[in-house]
Amino acid sequence: MPRQRSSATTAECALEKGLRRRWRLGERAIEGGIFLASLLAIVVLLGIVALLLRQGLPIFSYTPPWAFLFGTRWYPVSEPPTFGIAPFFVATLWVTAVATAVAVPVGVACAAYLSEVARPAIRETAKPIIELLAGFPSVVMGFIGLLLLSPLIQSMFNLNTGLCGLAAGIMLSLMSLPIIVTVSEDAMRAIPDDFRQAAYALGATKWEVVRHVSIPAALSGISAAMMLGIGRAIGETMTVLMIAGGALAMPVSPTAPMMPMTAAIASGIGNAVRGGLQYQALFAIGLLLFLMTLAVNLVADAVLERQKRKFQR
Amino acid sequence: MRMKSGLSRQLSQRTAFAVLLVATIAVVMVTLFIIVRIAVSGAGALNWSFLTQPPTDAGRAGGIFPALVGTFYLMLGTLMLALPIGVLAGIYLSEYAPRNWLTRVINLAIINLAGVPSIVYGLFGLGVFVLMMKFGMSLLAASLTLACQALAMTITTSREALLAVPREYREGSLAIGATKWQTIRHLILPQARPGIITGAVLAMSRAAGESAPILIVGAAFIVPGLPQSPFDRFMALPYHLYTVATQVPGVPGDTKWAVALVLLAVVLSFNVLATIVRLRARRQRV
Amino acid sequence: MTAASTVSRDRMPEHSTTKIRTEGVSLYYGAFQALRNITLDIPERAITAIIGPSGCGKSTFLRIFNRMNDLIPGARVEGTIQLEGIDIYDRCIDVVELRKRVGMVFQKPNPFPMSVFENVAFGPRRHGGNNRGELADIVEKSLRQAALWDEVKDKLDKSAFDLSGGQQQRLCIARVLAVEPQVILMDEPCSALDPVATLKIEDLMRQLSNSYTIVIVTHNMQQAARASDISAFLLMEPDRAGVLVECGPTSQLFTSPKDKRTEDYITGRFG
Ligand SMILES: Nc1ncnc2c1ncn2[C@@H]1O[C@H](COP(=O)(O)OP(=O)(O)OP(=O)(O)O)[C@@H](O)[C@H]1O
Ligand SMILES: [Mg+2]
Repeated sequence: MPRQRSSATTAECALEKGLRRRWRLGERAIEGGIFLASLLAIVVLLGIVALLLRQGLPIFSYTPPWAFLFGTRWYPVSEPPTFGIAPFFVATLWVTAVATAVAVPVGVACAAYLSEVARPAIRETAKPIIELLAGFPSVVMGFIGLLLLSPLIQSMFNLNTGLCGLAAGIMLSLMSLPIIVTVSEDAMRAIPDDFRQAAYALGATKWEVVRHVSIPAALSGISAAMMLGIGRAIGETMTVLMIAGGALAMPVSPTAPMMPMTAAIASGIGNAVRGGLQYQALFAIGLLLFLMTLAVNLVADAVLERQKRKFQR
Repeated sequence: MRMKSGLSRQLSQRTAFAVLLVATIAVVMVTLFIIVRIAVSGAGALNWSFLTQPPTDAGRAGGIFPALVGTFYLMLGTLMLALPIGVLAGIYLSEYAPRNWLTRVINLAIINLAGVPSIVYGLFGLGVFVLMMKFGMSLLAASLTLACQALAMTITTSREALLAVPREYREGSLAIGATKWQTIRHLILPQARPGIITGAVLAMSRAAGESAPILIVGAAFIVPGLPQSPFDRFMALPYHLYTVATQVPGVPGDTKWAVALVLLAVVLSFNVLATIVRLRARRQRV
Repeated sequence: MTAASTVSRDRMPEHSTTKIRTEGVSLYYGAFQALRNITLDIPERAITAIIGPSGCGKSTFLRIFNRMNDLIPGARVEGTIQLEGIDIYDRCIDVVELRKRVGMVFQKPNPFPMSVFENVAFGPRRHGGNNRGELADIVEKSLRQAALWDEVKDKLDKSAFDLSGGQQQRLCIARVLAVEPQVILMDEPCSALDPVATLKIEDLMRQLSNSYTIVIVTHNMQQAARASDISAFLLMEPDRAGVLVECGPTSQLFTSPKDKRTEDYITGRFG
């Protein structure tokens, strides 16, 4: 709070006593660099948006947005080419739905067990192992799905191929589990103990406390966890590229082979002529993907902030 | 709360906890199973020459040396680019940032960067580094792309590590006439180091395991030699696993598992390293 | 403040004994006024105690002298604060240089997470001293001044956290002494200490007051009465702004307070 006042005499006195303001240019320069570095986060995000818009939007002058979104035929190299991404979009929905349906109940159950029931020793062992799961590269998950899970699914459901949305969704559920467990568990542990004590005082059993106090009180945290898990599943590429089946047709059930949006980009971008229609269409898919994950993450963040504020002080 | 008879309440508690326990055990078991299965199946083909020889016959024979080296370069490149910027930005956010709209925008940008799908980073890298900056499909373009992706993590972990340093230290230092930067440089940063290292190691581990972006910006299926300059194409472990698992017919099963094993070992060892750094720092502080 | 009055002040005879002069000082935390119109002279080479009930703004007032309040977003100071006749809130004042001259010891001992030696050497190192021999001299001298040398001379390389609370606080004082300030501000330096450690710090303050100007905030009436030369009594007005009720030689303030509110406070009738 430096004030805008100065008198010649004070300035002289200050000079005499060595209190005169120094500029410390070296430090100013470092601090300038620090500031610029922090702007880089914005620059990269805006760069991503700008690039996706610039490379992706032109496709809409060839295929109108509604035809692009709802068209069911993706024939980028036929004459004339058609770009309808509805099958990719639906595939992403299927895969994400399967992943969420598996990961959320299991993840919340894990979180409830670890935060409310488990002895510290068990918690300290199980948690790092579950967190390890978050470190598995997605290509390894795809590999496991390819070699172990999809044959299983093929024989269980009597399919022509085990490479389908279901297999991809199950592997994705493993990948979004750690974040769901961590975030939900944090939410439950953040609940002040008086909440639980009050219920115990009424004669509730531990399970009743978990079910009627802890889980409801952590509900916004749990939904944020779910959103983050969904965001992870939507954006995952290698796993779905390897085991979702890669079929271009509109998937009618989760057991059909399918091509989620990420896989469509990954498998098409190598062959697309730079700047060509297919190239533009793939960037447009990227744009859609970006917007979907952006929305999911913003909602998750808002919910988490609210949850954090709920039990503060 | 509906009050049932004591016995049935006990019973429902038992059942419920059993279900929770089963869920937890299942997740832990699946995790361990994957690790063990990869270790067991991959160990067969894993030997010294597998690690030190280049692949032959499109990956059906030979080793994975160039892929290992390529992944090592990628980790190094990501670290060198993302760590300094992450630390600087973390310092800004924890020590300098006023409470204003710009800071809010920066924080929001970081949250969103963390959620951008890796394939979108790949498109970004292709458009910006490969084509616009004309780095071509190269190690440099891939490192830059992965660094952009790692940025959110290095910034966040640095910021949190710095914020965890008690305010009293800052006051004590400023109160004896140290400048703000001196305080940060000589007192706050050393305290935050373990947290920052943890984040950096995790970022490297991610860079090692990432395949979608590098598939777009420069990883090659087979390159004869090691990359000689940042502008060369390169092989990388995750991409190599992808190709031997799905693109090349007739690769022996052992070989595939061995590639998966090496990749998993590299990635998880860095994860474990990060955990160790974190735990050791926590123990020291007590 | 006009130039003319600053100059005339400088020529005033009692100036030689006034180290810090505050005139009409008010402080705001955003919209909240924490201090109102405080005018107080702090004599050189003496101990001035600031007393008053909790929340009346003692710490706030103390932190004005080395501009620690600058660190709090939204804090705003009005009025004049002069160190040896220089307006320390002037635009051309270097806060870092000011804080070298006006050091501060905090309520809770806050040794840095490093060795005893490095704690004391921290300030001198930042101000350009790097010669190991010179540093060792400064460290020894400061620790002796802080009456800590004999207790720690064998553990200079040990972590500062291994010291007792009282030792830690003296270490913090040594850390301030090492940068050779003119003024030492102490914000309830003994509140975390036991009576023995407290007495040690009080002895120390006595000795230091021969060469330093000391301003201490304390809750402890006996401490103020025992250890200070001048006492200033702050109190909250109904709107919670702190005002200076009374100020004078400690012996006088404690034996024959002029203000009824001071009397009530020192006799323990409230606060
Ligand atoms: N950073 C701040 N922002 C807003 N108000 C503050 C801030 N710090 C202190 N205050 C308020 O200013 C008033 C004076 O606080 P201060 O800490 O100076 O009191 P104090 O006399 O030192 O009390 P104590 O004896 O308990 O330490 C209090 O009402 C307090 O709530
Ligand atoms: Mg106080």
